[in-house]
Formats: sequence, structure tokens, C-alpha cells
Amino acid sequence: MSTFETIPESTSQTSAEHLAERLSKSITAAAEADRREGWNRPPVFLPESENGVLEVAMGPHHPSTHGVFRMDVSVDGERVIRLKPVFGYLHRNHEKIAEGTAYLASMPYTDRLDYFCSLTNNWAYALAVEKLAGIQVPERAEYIRVILAELTRIQNHAAAVGFLLQDMGASGTPLMYAFREREKILDLFEQLTGSRMMCNYMRFGGCRVDVTDAWLDRARRLVAGMPQFVDEFEALLTTNEILMVRCQGIGALKPDLAVNAGVTGPMLRATGVNYDLRKVDHYGIYDRFKFRIPLGDHGDVYDRYMVRILEIREAVHILEQALKEIPAGPIMDPKTKLRGFRPKPGEAYGRIEAPKGELGFYLISDGGSNPYRYRVRPPSMINLTVLEDMCLGHNVADVVVILGSVDIVLGEVDR
Amino acid sequence: MLGEGILKGLAQTAKNFAGSYVSEERLTTVQYPEERLPVAEASRVFPFLVFDGSEWLGGMRCVACQICEKECPPKCIYIEKSKDKKPDYVGKQQFYPVRFDIDISVCMSCQICVEVCPFEAIKMDTAFELATDDRFGGLLLDRQQLAKSNEYYHSIHPTEASEVDARLDEEKVKAEAKAKAAAPAAAAKPPAPAGGKD
Amino acid sequence: MKTVEEIKAAIEAAVPGAKVEIVPNPGPSGEHSLLLGHEQAVEVARFLRDDPELALDYLSNVTGVDWLDKEVTEKVKVKRQVTKTVDGVEQTVEETVDETRKHVEPGYLEAVYHLFSMARKHGPVVLRLRTGNRTDQVEVPSLTMLWRAAEFQEREVFDLYGIVFKGHPDLRRILMWEGFKDHPMRKDYVEPDDYEYEPTAHDQVLKRAQAHQAQAAAMGQEGAGAGQ
Repeated sequence: MSTFETIPESTSQTSAEHLAERLSKSITAAAEADRREGWNRPPVFLPESENGVLEVAMGPHHPSTHGVFRMDVSVDGERVIRLKPVFGYLHRNHEKIAEGTAYLASMPYTDRLDYFCSLTNNWAYALAVEKLAGIQVPERAEYIRVILAELTRIQNHAAAVGFLLQDMGASGTPLMYAFREREKILDLFEQLTGSRMMCNYMRFGGCRVDVTDAWLDRARRLVAGMPQFVDEFEALLTTNEILMVRCQGIGALKPDLAVNAGVTGPMLRATGVNYDLRKVDHYGIYDRFKFRIPLGDHGDVYDRYMVRILEIREAVHILEQALKEIPAGPIMDPKTKLRGFRPKPGEAYGRIEAPKGELGFYLISDGGSNPYRYRVRPPSMINLTVLEDMCLGHNVADVVVILGSVDIVLGEVDR
Repeated sequence: MLGEGILKGLAQTAKNFAGSYVSEERLTTVQYPEERLPVAEASRVFPFLVFDGSEWLGGMRCVACQICEKECPPKCIYIEKSKDKKPDYVGKQQFYPVRFDIDISVCMSCQICVEVCPFEAIKMDTAFELATDDRFGGLLLDRQQLAKSNEYYHSIHPTEASEVDARLDEEKVKAEAKAKAAAPAAAAKPPAPAGGKD
Repeated sequence: MKTVEEIKAAIEAAVPGAKVEIVPNPGPSGEHSLLLGHEQAVEVARFLRDDPELALDYLSNVTGVDWLDKEVTEKVKVKRQVTKTVDGVEQTVEETVDETRKHVEPGYLEAVYHLFSMARKHGPVVLRLRTGNRTDQVEVPSLTMLWRAAEFQEREVFDLYGIVFKGHPDLRRILMWEGFKDHPMRKDYVEPDDYEYEPTAHDQVLKRAQAHQAQAAAMGQEGAGAGQ
């Protein structure tokens, strides 16, 4: 990105008109280039064409791309006129591996999809299998699942906001504040499940180990301290003028496009569409808790940031209720065997509201010990569909911020 | 006022910076190799094989049933079953593994082998500083390297190990009672040839 | 939310000549699906999206399924004439005999769409589109023009299963690289034998590694520079 095109100074037009004309010219040029060379051009810096369109390959090793992810961007000066996301660098065909192993053996692999939220991944997979085989989950296990999922949501959103600020150039401080809180939650996970990130905790029909009273007390203490952290975090960021200038009006997404493009999670709710699977599907026991769904107005980066912060606050409310009400009882369905699990032929699509959006698992059973078809509906990947629409017309530096606000994890995008 | 938000944020960082000198809660970093945090009891890294008593081969609980080998998601366990038998903890004649390898460069610490083991023979270790410069040989653990005593198991997972011991003792008592009940019947018949000599 | 039968009736009323078939789901989830014919598929999908009562504005999941050729064995009763000796006299008697017949049901690829409604908060309605076979008739109509959500997911199905979506604006590989041959999610996909085997291999991996080494040794005699 060393050779930015300079705008000629001596021009009779006003700069706005000039830019508009340049933009239309360069879009035609880019379309022509596409027709000529096809999409599979090598990711190289092409020489500037006559009308000043520059091809930039952002990634795959760019630190702002959250992993190995590439954006082929055509820029006219600083302005993005075309953007194509390219991914698959981390593809290991998770679905094929899962179709070749037993149902249980896929559970640890789901941890590795969105490695920030292994517990919600576990839950989505367990939910789909439970739907496929018609398994009932005991009440205490449902409470444990809600507690863990909401803790996961808090730590994911804290880290996502931290990384968004990191992308904006707030080097370190907000991210470290977020990670400090995230660390406490990961310690809780380790104490219960044995691992900080690769939890592998949920089982078909319940959970692997029971929570102790000491663990619940520690979780209650953590949840009690969480509002203070969010206040502090907000004092640091929310009214910061630099953040507002960098976020407001950037990467705005229209609600009808968001719905049509299958965008889910905080990104969809930031556009003002009230669609949260916890309220829509009432999966698990979410209908027992009182909580609100934060919605945005403009669908820009700032709204996505605010929706995430407010979701942390609502997750704290859910956790307070769940930790108060958790009943005693069994944590596993006694009829479900761990080994030799063979659901009857059929198919099911189970989905949950993961921190990044709708995480779905589509399973087809042919009666064998392996799933015949195993499909993950990855929210991170489908939210990227509208990346180009959000970035068009913005500056290159904003592309980084917009991508950060989508909150992707490449383990899930590429699977 | 323009800049108010920035000043508010700076006040926060100042509070945290000053606080890190006085408050434990704000000083969260640990100087790792010198200072260490306690390892959580439930923590898991790689599996090991439990043996009772002092002799690792004689007391090994594993009976080479190969369930863990079949259930292991990344297939990192390799077991060869013995031809002869040796008595296990209740005195029953059982097979034992002549070869039991775990490739910890493949293992993903998922604990499924522990869950499916019906003999409480394989458990998760908490040792995590396992770096080696020998990629293949150094990360392929054989049965002797994997064998750890029950006392070690008690020292890393005390609660879990006590539960396991209680369960095994119960089984032992049951087995003895059964053996006693079966003894008069067995006395009538000629004794069965011993399966192994180990 | 309407049942599948009601949706089928509504489609048939709204889109004349539409071919819709219900594919039952025997499992406890009871999510039956609708198999659409190719000609009217886009029209039917548009109706499902725009109908105010259904309002399936949100396409959640698009995926492919590979159904291999199936060998079906069935028992058929066949009458045939048999010559028998009854009481010392040869007679021709008609007899019914069970005969097993085998025939191959051709396999096909299938694209599955899960539709929900964000406006009315119901779903799912499952649509299926089937290709003619697994080799040369692998085209199905694309629904990307109706739901942008299908853009990347149809590309993924094209990449991993080889279903060609007619009318997709930008049908390229998405997870595998350009120039990759074959479609890795197909059930009969054979993975290439081109990776480094670790010396700790066992079971099937060991067998594959041995075959690979034998092959490499044979290759090495022919031309030592082949692997470089």
C-alpha cells in the first residue's frame, strides 16, 4: 500500500464532482478487468491502470484480518470501489471428519470451530443431536448450559470489542482490559471443564461433570463484579471522541439487506431487526428468564459496538437469575448411552444464538453410528456476505474497522 | 465539550495504573517461569495410565480392551493386546497391553478416552511443560512413560481420585463376596488352569 | 405456522404447474421437506418469500447432500413352468417361485435450503432441489437472486459437492483453491496421497503410509528427480 494515487490538484470541477466522476469511471474499469481476467487473478499488486484503480490484497497475513483472511480490494485513491473476501486458508473439512467418526467424537472438534466460544458450539451440536434423537435434558443441565453460554457471550463480546479497538489503533489498553475480565471467565471454565478454551463439556442429554457449590459461588462473585467492569470499560470508550469519529456512520447496513443476506447476531440487531433466537426459539430454558434484546438504529460500527456492550449487561442479568434459581438434580439423561450412540434415521436442524450469530447444525442420520450428513451453519462466514456492501465508498482504514466489527473467527469461517 | 470523552478514558487508565501498585485485583500479570499460578484441579493436558502398588507393569489397571483406541477422535492411541493374562486389582485374570502408545503430537486433550474407560485405567495429567526438540520420538509416549502411580493421581486430582478409589473398593468387595459364594461350587470342580504367570 | 401439506397446497394454488413433493422425515424432529421441480423452483421460492402469510424472508442454511447409487434388492414372485414327475408321468406344472432381483437406483446430489421468517418468527420450511445424477446432470437453479444469504453458501456447495447453481452471479470455489480438482465432500472422494506421514502412524493410516512408501520407492527407481 505504498503507492497511493495522488489526486490532481488543478481541476475545474469541484472535488465532490470530480470524485463522483472518478468513482464511476473506476467502477467500470474494475468490472472490465473482472471480465477480462476472471476472478482468479493472482493476489499481487497490479500496476495502476490509467484511471487510477489500484488493486490491494489485504491479507492473508495482515494483522487486522483476525487470522488468515484476505480481502482483494480495488481502491480509487483511498476509496474502496470493490472488495472480495477470500478465505479457506484454514479449511480442514470439519464436516468430512465428522461424517467419518462417531457422534460423540465430533464434540471435541466443535470446540475448534469458533475457538472463542467452544461452549456455545458444544451446545449447538448437542441441541441438534438431541433434536435428531429426541432426547430430553434434565433441568439442572439446562441451567448449567445457560450459565456457561452467557459467560461465553460475555467473554466473546468483551474480546470482540477489544479487538475492534485494537483494529482502530487503540493499541493494547482496551484489549487488555477486556482480556483481564475474559481471563477470569476462562479460569472458571478451566475449573469446571478442565480446559480454558477447548472445553468439550456438553454431552447428548446433559453435561459431563456437575458444578460444585464452590464453583457457583465463584461464578456469583464474578457476575457481581461484572457491571463494574462494564461501567469502567464504557467510561474508557463509549464517549471517546476518536472512537465516535471512527465508528459512527461507518459501514452502515440496511435492515432489509441484512435480513435478505442472512446476517445474524449482534450485527443484525444493530440494524434494528429484533431477531434473537433466545426469544424466538425458546431453546433450552430461556423463556424462564427476564432479559431485553438491545437493538441499534443505524446499523453502523458504533451500533454494533453498543449492541455488544449492552448484550454483556443483559447476559449479566440472565446469569444473576440462573445462578439464583439453579436446582439440584441429575445432569445427564439416564437413557442416553455415551458409547454406541445410534439415532434412528431422520434429519434435524438445531440452532442456537451463539455470540456471533445463529449457529446451526444440520444432521442426517441413516441409523448408523456416524452421521450421514453433518453440516455447520457458520455465522461468521455468512455475516461476511455483506462485507463488500458495507465497505464500498469508505476509506481503506475503515475496511479494517468494519471487518473488526463483524467479529469473525477464521476457525469457523473456514471450518 | 470536545475531548471530554478522551479525558474520561484517560482518567480510567490512570486509575488502573495507580491501582496496580496497591490493589491485587488490578495487578493481574504473573512473571511466569519464576512465579506460577496454581493449576486448577480439573485441568487436563494429556492422558496417562494409572497403576496400583509400586510396580508399574504389575499394577497397571489397563486390560487392553481397546475401547479408548476405538473412541479416540484423532486416533492417537495404539494398543497391542497381550497373549497371556495376569490378575487385576480384584484378582481376576485379565489381558494387559504389551504395547500402549499415545502420540501426544496428535492428541487433542479431549478426555473422551477417560470417559469411556470402564476400568478407571486412563486419566488426564496436568503436566504442561512438555516441549521437546525431538518431534517424533519425544512426543510418542510408550506404556512405561505413560504409567503413573495412583499416589500421583491422588496428588493432581485429589477429589476425583478418592471417588475412583471408593468405586474400585466397592467393586472389589462385591467381587470378593461373589468369589466366596462361588467358592464351594468351584471346589467341587477341578480348578481351571491359570491364564498367565506374570 | 402452516403444515407442509398446507404449504404445498398454497404453492400449487399460487404457482400453476409447480411440481412439489413432500419428503417425509421419519425422525423425532418431524421437519418434513418440500422437493421442488427445477422449472418452477425460483417462482415457488419467490412465492414463499413474498407471501404475506408465510413471509419466509430469511434463508438460514444452504447445504448439499450426496446420495450414492443405491443397490436395491427386492423379492419378486415369479411364475414359471417346471417339469415334474408326478406318479411316474412327466407333467408340466406352473409354480410360483421367489426370485431376488437387484437393480441400481441412481444416486443424485441434493441442495437443501432451510427457510425461516424473521417477520413472523416461524420456521423452518425445508426445500430440496435434486440433480439428475452425480456426473453430468448436476445443475439446479440458484436462489441467490432471491436471498443474498445463499451467495457464499451455494458457492460452498458448488465447491464441496459440485452442484452447479444456474443463475448464480459468481460461482467459484470458495474454501478450496482455484484449480483444485474433484469435490471433497462427496462420499466417493478419494483423498490424495501426497502428505508427509509421521512415523507414529498405525491402523489404516499405517496401511496407507506403507502403500505410499512402496509407491514412492517404485517411483524413485524410475526417476529420482520426480519428487523434487
